[in-house]
Amino acid sequence: MIETKKLQRSFFTGNIETKVLKGIDLKVETGEFIAIMGRSGAGKSTLMYQMSLLDEPTAGEIIIDGNDTHKMTAEEKTKFRLEKLGYVFQDYALIPELTALENVVLPLLMQGVEKSKAYELSFESLSKVGLVNHLHQLPSQLSGGEQQRASIARAIAHQPNILFADEPTANLDNESSRAVMKIFTELHAAGQTIIMVTHEEPYGKMAQKIVRIDDGQIIGIEKN
Amino acid sequence: MAVRQIRRSSIWTNVLITFVMVLTFLNLVVVSGILVGLIQGAVDAVRTHYISDVIISTPTSKNYIENSPAVIEILKKDSRIDSFSARYLKAGTVEANYKAQVKTTDKTDMASASFAGIDPIAEDKVADISRFIVEGSFLTPLDYDQVVVGSYLLKRYMPVDSPGFSTLSSDVRPGTKIRINVGGVQREVTVKGIIKSKLDEINMRVFMVDSQFRNLVGRTDYNVNEISIKLKPGNDPVRVRDDLLVQGVGQVAKVQTFTDAEPKFIKDMIQTFAILGDIFSSIGLVVAAITIFIVIFINAITRRKFIGILKGIGISGEAIEVSYVMQSFFYAITGSIIGLLLVYAVLQPFIAAHPIDFPFSDGILVAPISSTLFRIALLIISTVIAGYVPARMIVRKNTLDSILGRN
Repeated sequence: MIETKKLQRSFFTGNIETKVLKGIDLKVETGEFIAIMGRSGAGKSTLMYQMSLLDEPTAGEIIIDGNDTHKMTAEEKTKFRLEKLGYVFQDYALIPELTALENVVLPLLMQGVEKSKAYELSFESLSKVGLVNHLHQLPSQLSGGEQQRASIARAIAHQPNILFADEPTANLDNESSRAVMKIFTELHAAGQTIIMVTHEEPYGKMAQKIVRIDDGQIIGIEKN
Repeated sequence: MAVRQIRRSSIWTNVLITFVMVLTFLNLVVVSGILVGLIQGAVDAVRTHYISDVIISTPTSKNYIENSPAVIEILKKDSRIDSFSARYLKAGTVEANYKAQVKTTDKTDMASASFAGIDPIAEDKVADISRFIVEGSFLTPLDYDQVVVGSYLLKRYMPVDSPGFSTLSSDVRPGTKIRINVGGVQREVTVKGIIKSKLDEINMRVFMVDSQFRNLVGRTDYNVNEISIKLKPGNDPVRVRDDLLVQGVGQVAKVQTFTDAEPKFIKDMIQTFAILGDIFSSIGLVVAAITIFIVIFINAITRRKFIGILKGIGISGEAIEVSYVMQSFFYAITGSIIGLLLVYAVLQPFIAAHPIDFPFSDGILVAPISSTLFRIALLIISTVIAGYVPARMIVRKNTLDSILGRN
C-alpha cells in the first residue's frame, strides 16, 4: 500500500515559488491499478515522481508498505527503489549499449541476485512481454513498442511491490499501446500494484480507478 | 556495464583514446629514457672505447706508472682479464704545411695535441677504436713514422676559431706529411689515418705505435701512463680493482673501476637529465589526465539521462562511478600494454642497434623496468582519478533532473 499525506511540491525560480502539488492525500491499496489523469501541467507526473521516490516533496509524507520514506536517507531510497519499485518511462529509458536481456538483468545483478538466477528471471520476464525472440538485440534494433515492452520486463523482473508507469503509451502507435496496456492488465490481474500516469482516456479507463488532478489537487477519483 | 560501453562504443573512439594513452605512455617512458640515454650513450662510449672496465693510471705526483712492466706481468697472470692496452702519453704539438714557412719567425700551422703510443692490436681489442677511422686506415704494429690524427686537430672537422684552441687549418689528409714535437724532439711523420669519434679523448690525440713512441721520447724503461683493462664477461671490476690493490699496484698507480673513474659532472648530468625527463613526463601525465577527463566528462554528460535512469531504477551512484573508473582503467592499461610492447620489443632493441646520432653521443633508450612500472602506476592512478571526477560530477546531479534533462 502507498499513501500520501498533504503532499506538496513547489519549484522555485529565484524567490518566486510555483506550487505544483498543493497537499495531495491519496491512498493506493496493494494490488490496485490506478491511472492518474489530468491536463498538461496539472501535476500528474510530479505526483508520480514523488510517490515513486524519484523526487523530494517540499512537504508532506509518503508511506509505502508502512515505511515512512521521509525518514529514509538517499542511499536507503535508492535501495528501496531497486528492490521494491519498478519503473516504466515514457521514452523507454533502456541503456543503449545493453541488449534487451542485459537491460533487464542489470537491476537484478545489482540487487545481488545470483547471475544464473538473474538471467533466468530476466528470460521469464521478457517472455511475459513477448520478447523472447529479441533477447540479444540492442534497443536501437527494437521498435518503439518492443522497447517499451523490454522496459516493462525490466520493471517487473524483480517482482516489485509497486509498478510506476509514466505515460507508457505516449510515444507508441495504437497497436503497440494496446499491447502495452494488455500487459499492464495482465500484471494487475496477477496482483501487481500499478500506478500509471496517462492523458489518454481509453487507457485510463483500463485501470481500476482514475485519479483526476488539476492545478496540483485531486479533483476526483472515479472507479471503472 | 563498463565492458559493454567499451565494446559497443565506436571503435574509432576506442582507438583514439588508446592511441592517446600510448602516446602518453611513450612520453612518460621514452622522453626521459632518451634524455638519460643521451648521457648514458656518452658514458657507455667512454667505457667501451677508452676506460674499459678497470683503468690503471699515473698518480698525479708522477709522470708515468713506475715499474709498469711488473704491473703488466700481474695483469698477464690474471685469468679474469680478457685484454689490456698500455698507453704512453705525452703532450706536444703537430705542425702542418711547415715547408711553406718563409722566415723562421713566421708562425706555422700548428696545434696542441696529446700523443698516445699504443700497441695497435691490443688497443683495438680493448677499445675497438679502429672503427672510428674516417679517412685512411688504422695503425699496424709495423708502422714506422706513421700516425693517426684525431679529427679535433683538423679545422675541417673542428671548425672553431678560438685563441685557446688551435687546429690545423691546412688540408691534412692520409699521406700528408706533418711534423710532431714531443718532449723536445721533432720528427716528420706521415698521416696514415684520421680518427673521428664522439670521445674527446680520442679526437684530440695523435696515435702512433708504442715502440716508436718510446724511441721518440726516450722511454726505454717501458713505463706507461695508463692501462685500460677489459674483463671477461661476468667478472666484477670492483673485485679485480681490489685484488690489484692488494698486489701492490696501488703503490705505483691509481687503480679505478670505470665507475670510480666516471667524472662527477657526468653523474650530475645523468641526474639532471633524469629530472628534466621527469618534468616532461609530468606534463605528459597532466595532458593524459586532462584528455581522459574530457573524454569521460563528454561521455558522462551525453549519457546524463541514462545515468539518471540507472539511478532512478535503483542502481547506486557508486556502481555507476565504478563503471566509468573501469573504463578509464581499461584505457590506461591497454595504452600501457601497447606502450610496453613498443618500448621493450621495438624501440629499445632498435635504438640499441641503431643509436640516435647526437652530436656528442650515440643516444640509447634507457628504460629500467622498475622505473617504467612506477610510471605505469602513475599513469593509471592519474587516469583513474581523471575518469572518476567527471563521473562523480554527473552522478551527483539530481536523479529526476538527469532523467528529464533539466539543468
